[in-house]
Amino acid sequence: MSQFQGTPGSPVDPAVARRANRLMIAVLAVVAALLVVRAWVGTEVGSGADAQVVHGYGMVFVEAKGAGHVQVPAAEWAKAVAADPAQQRVTVSGPRTVGVWAAALMTLAVLSFLWRDNPVYKLAESVVVGVSAGYVMSTAVWSSLVDQVFGKLAPGFTKAYLSPGLTTTEADWWALVPLGLGMLLLCRLSARLSWVGMFPLAFVVGVFSGWRFVQYVESDLLAQVATMFDPLYVTGPTAAATVGGTLCAVLVLVGVLSVLAYFFFSLEHKGPVGGAARVGIWYLMITFGASFGFTVMGRIALLAARCEFLFDDWLWLIDPAGKH
Amino acid sequence: MASHGGTPSAFARLDRIDRRWIFLAMFVAVAAPILWVGVTGKTFPEAPTPAVQGAFDAVESLPSGARVLVSMDFDPASAGELQPMATAIVRHCVLRGHSICAMTLWPAGGPIIDGTMQDVLGDRPDWTYGERWVNLGYRAGFEGVMKQMNSRVSLAYATDVRQTPLAEIPMLKGITGIADFDLLVSISAGYAGAKEWVQYSVSPTLTGAKPLKFVAGSTGVQTPQLIPYYPNQMAGILGAIKGAAEYEYLVNEAVLKADPAAVVPPRFQEAQRRMAPQLFGHVLMVALIVLGNVVFFGLRGRESRA
Amino acid sequence: MSRSIAVLVAGIAAVVMVLSKFIVPLESAETTVAEWFNAAAAIAFVLGGASLLKMNLLTISARGPGWGYAAVTLVAFLITLGVGLLKVGVPPSAAFPDHRMGGTPDAEGGALWWIYEYLMSPITGTLFAMLAFYVASAAFRAFRAKNAAAVFLLVTAFVVLLGRTYAGVFVTSWIPSDVPWVSWLRLENLSAVIMSVFTTAGTRAMIIGIAIGVAATGIKIMIGLDRSYLGAGSGGGNG
Repeated sequence: MSQFQGTPGSPVDPAVARRANRLMIAVLAVVAALLVVRAWVGTEVGSGADAQVVHGYGMVFVEAKGAGHVQVPAAEWAKAVAADPAQQRVTVSGPRTVGVWAAALMTLAVLSFLWRDNPVYKLAESVVVGVSAGYVMSTAVWSSLVDQVFGKLAPGFTKAYLSPGLTTTEADWWALVPLGLGMLLLCRLSARLSWVGMFPLAFVVGVFSGWRFVQYVESDLLAQVATMFDPLYVTGPTAAATVGGTLCAVLVLVGVLSVLAYFFFSLEHKGPVGGAARVGIWYLMITFGASFGFTVMGRIALLAARCEFLFDDWLWLIDPAGKH
Repeated sequence: MASHGGTPSAFARLDRIDRRWIFLAMFVAVAAPILWVGVTGKTFPEAPTPAVQGAFDAVESLPSGARVLVSMDFDPASAGELQPMATAIVRHCVLRGHSICAMTLWPAGGPIIDGTMQDVLGDRPDWTYGERWVNLGYRAGFEGVMKQMNSRVSLAYATDVRQTPLAEIPMLKGITGIADFDLLVSISAGYAGAKEWVQYSVSPTLTGAKPLKFVAGSTGVQTPQLIPYYPNQMAGILGAIKGAAEYEYLVNEAVLKADPAAVVPPRFQEAQRRMAPQLFGHVLMVALIVLGNVVFFGLRGRESRA
Repeated sequence: MSRSIAVLVAGIAAVVMVLSKFIVPLESAETTVAEWFNAAAAIAFVLGGASLLKMNLLTISARGPGWGYAAVTLVAFLITLGVGLLKVGVPPSAAFPDHRMGGTPDAEGGALWWIYEYLMSPITGTLFAMLAFYVASAAFRAFRAKNAAAVFLLVTAFVVLLGRTYAGVFVTSWIPSDVPWVSWLRLENLSAVIMSVFTTAGTRAMIIGIAIGVAATGIKIMIGLDRSYLGAGSGGGNG
């Protein structure tokens, strides 16, 4: 299946590749066996007299509400079935259950990259690229273009067929300007006409740079410099608080000035400037160390969320939020 | 690197260790505590830091019925960190009786608003849409949307997600520009988010008659970049999952203080549950860095002796 | 000639945006331009989708390596776009129950919502979660205390990593918390001090420096010195 092979890589010892493949198949077989055992073991949902044993997992229960359905805990289903075994009010949602399984399998597909690059991971990656682009494009069209461009050029048609809540009643021909800019931007797709796309790009860059000029100066320059004029002597309820507050204020001022000295390359870093720059380096090392700590915190939280999904929503091994 | 006797030393073996063992260690460090917390329900105690307390006080100090604009500027990629803080802040606003106007600057943020509001208001039928809360949804344009909202919110959002014109929404009566809101909250994962809100919407009001109060929640990566804005340009910051856990703790403590017999639903302790895998993950990180340096200096020592 | 016009457009747009902050009659120009900007931003998303379509079609037609994956991407894109634009399965809006297109395209229960909830959300979430593994591997292999500055960085990282969890509370629980002269040495307090003092100072200086840089770049764009956004052959460069 050459259409699913990537660019030729370095040659791999066939014996090593065979051993790796056999190990992968063995791991998959063990995982599949564990999943079957999990289904056989079952899960008790509900409590007391309503309790039911469900031989399965990753299921989503819904209750009919109005024109659609809302997701409900499995315990609701157990209660409904205990009251009336033939009830159809709370049922297993096929699409959502298939969805949970698809999400779980896609999660495992992406995690398989940690073992090594493989077609399953590449498949998941291809899916997400296509889906993300399609999602963003359709959301942008409906949330912005329909009302703000088409709705202003053809309000009657738009209100009747696309956006019933449209408030525009008369055509606003100024909307041709962004439409024209957009059409020029789309010319970038053509090799021959891509130069035309430079005009809307220039417009966007100009607008952005004008906005940012004002707001960066107001918010990041003037307001931040103004904080450096806050009193250095900070009084607190106790002597320790006063000493601590004052020391912190002094350290912040020293830190800002010394880091600015480090980044000021128009003067040679010698003498007092050099000394200040060296102090600035220490401050920067502490800043980057703290940033690293926070970055690690963020990454681990994301991994924890995915693990929770696998153990809770898919395998039903835990139920910390009372979802089933 | 072989030792003097020809067999690789322990340092050399460790230096060449397959990184997949490290991956496995990280997975176990995160997965095991999740299973443990899931089974036992135990969480670690939290002590709020000043920045989180500032955020809590900003919401708490508003008079009941205040109007809060909550911008959920994140997508599913960062939801693991930011969803708990979005839920905690919205819940706090609901408990205080504040009206909520939700919006997002990220294309994938729409369902996040729906999910958050459903989670918090699922058992609150008294919270009528349009009167107590409204969802404006997503608009493309990033800073352009902020610029429009600074003068008139209806320039950016002619209708809400249910296609109701803003002028017909009871909750938004009297709201012209963004400064008419009593508090702006941004839960942000990057661009456009909290930093842009500070620059474009908050800072211009600070020297005016009614400064816009602002609270931010951010990912771990973004938190150090927002710290300089606290406390002069923002009232508080929830930094990473720890900030979310501290905020959840504050809100739950306030609930229990008002009614000691109250039971906090487990879905409002999500961030606190996630602190257990955080602890073991961080300890593993420290151990890996220390071990890596021990191996490095051990090998270097052997080389210099050889 | 066309490049000169583009530079002029950028410069005029920038100047008008700056002046609109100070000249009240120009404020309406700013909001109008913001409206055009937002619409152009939405069309940029369309451009992104069209570009994806073009690149993948080229790969498929050329039968390049991995063209099967390009086909998967294309199919996923077209299905998502189709169900999104046609609002397949979307319940109607409460305000307009009889209008099929009244609901939001990603409302719960719709096809686009299903794709978002069960494909896009878990895959993007897991892709970002993988970074936890790589940061662990990098920590073992790359973080070396080779000099004093690196030691400073690593010690700070340890303080923050431990101080932001219960591990920090546990390790320094022996330090009395009610004696303010020493309680700041407890890891959870020390990490807060690091953030509020040192990180604030370092990042504040960087923010100030970046603001000056942005202002300088803005001026260069306004006067036409910076033409890098025009792409290759722009001439003039960054002046």
